[in-house]
Amino acid sequence: MAHIELKGITKTFGSHAALKNLDLEIADGEFFVLLGQTGAGKTTTLRLIAGLEKPTAGKILIDGEDVADWGAAERDVALVLQQYSLYPRYTVRENLEFPLKSRIRRVEPAEIAERVARVARTLRIEHLLDRKTDRLSGGEMQRVSIGRAIVRKPRVFLMDEPLSALDAKLREALRTELKNLQMNLGATFLFVTHDQIEAMSMGDKIGVLNDGQLVQTGTPQEIYRNPVNTFVARAVGSPPMNLIAGTLAGGEAVATEGYRLPFASGHAVAADGRPLTFGIRPEDLFLDGGAPGEARVHDVENHGVEKIVTLRTGGETLLQATVPAQTDLAIEEAVRFSWNPEKVVLFDGGSGVSLRHAG
Amino acid sequence: MTQIELRGIEKYFGAVQVIKNLNLAIADNEFIVLLGQSGCGKTTTLRAIAGLETIDEGDILIDGQPVQHMKASDRDIAMVFQSFSLYPHMTVYENIAFPLRATRMSRGDVDAAVREIARVLRISDLLARKPSALSGGDMQRVAIGRALVRRPKAMLMDEPIGALDAKLREEMRAEIKRLHIKQGSTTIYVTHDQVEAMSLADRIVIMHEGVLQQVGSPSEVYARPANMFVAQFVGSPVMNMADASVSETGGQARVEVGGAAAGFDFPAALTGRLSQAKAENGNLTLGVRPEGVLVSREAREGFMPVEAHIIEPLGSHDIVDLKVGDQMLRARTKSGFVAGPGEAVFARVDPAQAHFFNTATGASLGIRL
Repeated sequence: MAHIELKGITKTFGSHAALKNLDLEIADGEFFVLLGQTGAGKTTTLRLIAGLEKPTAGKILIDGEDVADWGAAERDVALVLQQYSLYPRYTVRENLEFPLKSRIRRVEPAEIAERVARVARTLRIEHLLDRKTDRLSGGEMQRVSIGRAIVRKPRVFLMDEPLSALDAKLREALRTELKNLQMNLGATFLFVTHDQIEAMSMGDKIGVLNDGQLVQTGTPQEIYRNPVNTFVARAVGSPPMNLIAGTLAGGEAVATEGYRLPFASGHAVAADGRPLTFGIRPEDLFLDGGAPGEARVHDVENHGVEKIVTLRTGGETLLQATVPAQTDLAIEEAVRFSWNPEKVVLFDGGSGVSLRHAG
Repeated sequence: MTQIELRGIEKYFGAVQVIKNLNLAIADNEFIVLLGQSGCGKTTTLRAIAGLETIDEGDILIDGQPVQHMKASDRDIAMVFQSFSLYPHMTVYENIAFPLRATRMSRGDVDAAVREIARVLRISDLLARKPSALSGGDMQRVAIGRALVRRPKAMLMDEPIGALDAKLREEMRAEIKRLHIKQGSTTIYVTHDQVEAMSLADRIVIMHEGVLQQVGSPSEVYARPANMFVAQFVGSPVMNMADASVSETGGQARVEVGGAAAGFDFPAALTGRLSQAKAENGNLTLGVRPEGVLVSREAREGFMPVEAHIIEPLGSHDIVDLKVGDQMLRARTKSGFVAGPGEAVFARVDPAQAHFFNTATGASLGIRL
């Protein structure tokens, strides 16, 4: 159980700044996800909190205490990594017992047995306890890694892409399990990933990292509906938000490519004539024979429950729209499209910052 | 014009049987995707058609001619692998032209063929480069170009975009589909990615442990899976599966899952159809995709009270776990429809989207309501 705060953290490696003046707060019992591409600074943040790296500038507080002088062991955090660092010649039980057997901790044997049993039950690995870890599947190994982290009741769980090495179906199942586990434990989780589906589906809060800077923090819904800029707009959602360059004129959105789409004057800003980027989610873009936009079908991705159509408009811009599964479309077919004007997000054409956030 | 037919194919690696009595007829110009997990026999099947692998039983026919005893080079089939296998010391142009060297084409014809295929694949400006100076996507374009340039009878592709990153994979998938429509060659494509299969295929062939599970169009395979394996392999999130027992009261069928006190209402016709299919309680599994689990916030006729558990907000929609007895059923709802864990809501299983399976064999009972 812990509250974590990062204040003005900068971390440089040589001349490269991995993190730039990062402020971050994680509430007690929160499932916080840091989302970012390779090199965004996710893992560095995790390692700083774990005490495996020292910040170049700034403070890290755990439960209000500055932990600058605390070693990794004193911080009492558990780290779960993508590679399952298990002891291969040990059984699952021995692997789970290991963190409790350290001489500093002095846990009674009866309690060790009790805790291992409880963790095994929680993670549904009871039947594996006496198996050697090299006889386990990837999903089982990752469960054991998580079990080894839970068993010693750390203050914070730090997870570095723990699901990335697993196949899609297993990832889907473990996502739910992990979220379930966190809810049952009521523990503080900091989970790092590049996968926006993991971030959206598990996080109470998401922090979007780009190039060492925290671009936006919010609930999954906030980030999805109201991205602070075009970077965040493209970082969450699958497929990502469509971005269309254009201007507002006479209550209509005029795309640079020439087509005009309706615009809800309700939230119109004094933006007539100014270069803008219109953001629209694929589910808010639709095909309709009488719609104003013209396009050709470039590709159709079939998800069974629905289809995602890639449209090619006048120029070479590609837009994606989610359509019902029954929709029959041929490649290169001419179609007409429009959008739900209520759902359009306006970004500044130059800076990419959302006009809502710019104020 | 190329038809390919597989008749009773059997293949062993030592004592392990990797293909079991495989029968499949592929029509001219068809885009067939072999879908399955690693080790299911899909790649071995592809390699057998190409002539890179011998078979122990059966016939492989290309345009009606048995070819299983022919060398790979005589079958006139092109193959594209996941690893790009380009000649590193040759330029892109030379790589694409390479398969034409052994033919008697004039230099001018070779040049025209190379430039035409490069234009189609949008790599005309890369012709002078060495493979080492290309991105992954461009390398695979060149590999495809090299396969297509000699206008083979059929094109076989083994996870050709599996090594690329997600965005590029999507782009290349669209290109492969577009190329197929333009060039119209019989294509067999191997993948473990069900979205890729659903998006590319005219027909999907699903394999598991060397056995063909189902052949069908993407919508058939999705809407009418032949067994529990196919049902759970295709579609994401996976289809819910629950042991079910069916009873009939007051002119209504009732499907109970997870030992829940209440049950889901079904049309009375279900019981008759189940007994026709010789289904018995205790050996019956209900399958329903998340979009087939309907959720209401108010009590409604035919809906039963359930408790919401974990909610995955995916932006465009939510996936909500519902506790039904000791079983979880995942439902797809509008974004934000269920407020949070612990909320009491009402659910029903849409009979039109319900599947019933024999638990022991996994086979679908073929009941459609």
